[in-house]
Order: sequence, then C-alpha cells, then structure tokens
Amino acid sequence: MVPTADKRSAEADLVDRLRSGDEATFVCLVSTYSAPLKRLALAFVSTDAVAEEVVQETWLAVLTGIPRFEGRSSVKTWIFQILANRAKTRAIRDRRTINFSELEDPLGQDQPAVDPARFHPAAHPTMPGHWSSPPGIWSASAEDAVLGREAMGVLQRELDRLPRAQRVVVALRDVHGWPAAEVCEVLGLSEANQRVLLHRGRSRLRGVLEAYFTENA
Amino acid sequence: MNDDTLRDMACQELVDVITDYLEGTLPEADCTRFEAHLAICPACREYLEQMRALVRLTGRLTSKSLEPETVDSLLGAFRRWRDSRTGL
Repeated sequence: MVPTADKRSAEADLVDRLRSGDEATFVCLVSTYSAPLKRLALAFVSTDAVAEEVVQETWLAVLTGIPRFEGRSSVKTWIFQILANRAKTRAIRDRRTINFSELEDPLGQDQPAVDPARFHPAAHPTMPGHWSSPPGIWSASAEDAVLGREAMGVLQRELDRLPRAQRVVVALRDVHGWPAAEVCEVLGLSEANQRVLLHRGRSRLRGVLEAYFTENA
Repeated sequence: MNDDTLRDMACQELVDVITDYLEGTLPEADCTRFEAHLAICPACREYLEQMRALVRLTGRLTSKSLEPETVDSLLGAFRRWRDSRTGL
C-alpha cells in the first residue's frame, strides 16, 4: 500500500535505520515478517524447506535493494512483493505444475458454504431455503479452555489442508490479521476474488469445527 | 426498490453472503434483509456467531517461522553487508 502521510515519516525512519545498518531494525523485521512470508511462499512452492530458502533469499534481496528503495509502496509491501516474485520464479524453475490460475480465478469451481442438502428445497411450500438441518449450537463453548485447545489443533490441521489460494488468504487475513487491501496487493487479487477465497476457506473451516464440536460437545 | 430488495432472505442465502456482511461489503438493501432475517432466525444467529468464533480461534493460530539456524545465517549475512558498506 502507498503509505499515508502520517505513516510516511515512520516509514522513512525505518528505511534510514536499515540503510545505516541498524541490526535491531533488521532483526525486528525478520522476526515480524518471516512467518507470514513463509506462509505466502507456501502458496507457490511445495515444501517447507524450499519456502525457508525463498524467505532467506528475500531477506538478502532486501539488503541488496534497500539502498535503492524509493518508497513507492510501504516497506512491508515491497518485501512481500520480492517474496512473491521469487517464490513464483522458484516454482517455475522447479517445474512444479502449480496452477497459478487458481489464485487468479478462484471462481472456477463452485463450492457452497454449507451442503445444500441441509436446507429445504426452493419448492418447499412454507420454508424454501431455510435450514432443514440447522447448525448445532457450539459458538459459546468454542473458546472453552479444554475444548478450545483441541479445536485449535483441528483448526490448524484443516487450515493446512485448504486449497492453497484459500489457505494463504485465510492465513494472512485471520492468522496474521492483515487488512483485505494488503492481501489483494501482495497476491494480485481483486477485492471480490479475495472475498470469495476468504469465504470459501472460512466456510470450510466452520464446517470442520461444527463436525468436531458436534462429536465432542 | 424492486421485488428482490423486499424479498425475505432465506438461511441458504444468508450463509452465502455472510463474509460480505462481516467484511462490510454487503449492499445496504441486502444488509437490511440480512439483519431482518437474523432477528427472526436463531439458527442463523448461531451460524453468524460460529463464523465470529472461528475468526477469533484462527487469530490464535501461528504460522511457522524460520528455523533458528536460518535466522543465525541471515544475521551473519546482515553483518557482512553492513561492514562492507561502512568499509570496516
């Protein structure tokens, strides 16, 4: 994102400190951004080890590039764009048959948020499209200490199993708390497509939690 | 207003537009229908709370960061980069 006026001086300070070789600034950036960088890398490359290499290369490219950084985007966006470009290049070099179109055209396959069989059919005389099999009631206990801890394990596993485009969008939005606009910018997605991916990913995870809480409540 | 904006929202439509609602991008007329439906449908109120609970739980997950050896090696690279620039 283009930095807003009030953020501009903080951004300029950050760039100055990095250029002057301030180790604490570099360490802080590495510890703040390496986890989401690795998440993003895994949208393109297939193994944790390759993602680790791509993140490492990205930090080296940041050092090489910072003297010429012009501030046309935020430092954060710039770093993530370096990563995205490197991860794509690496995926091509490794001849991974990755379907980039999945990121660009997430509307390809239609996945309902909830199994249509759980609603009355459109032709139902009194309640068309209303729940015939309503969701179990568990939202209030989802964050209960014991159940919640187990649920987190289930959630982590299912997040890792989401289709890669949904996974990276849900992770950046909900694990790392990024605003939609930043996710769109870094992944090159339209806002509408970003929302579709978020919706599909969250809907699927909700379904998994529902199954878990229905069994264990 | 056309018929569509007045039509009651069904549960099946609500679960399809719930992310637009949470993102604040649902058009105003649909937002009104969404909230009117919630007012009369406990199952959809629960569904909405489940989505909110999911987002909170997901917010407590972490992503794997770099291995400590990678961080050490980056720090070494940083120091070499810094020293080569300052001529030390």
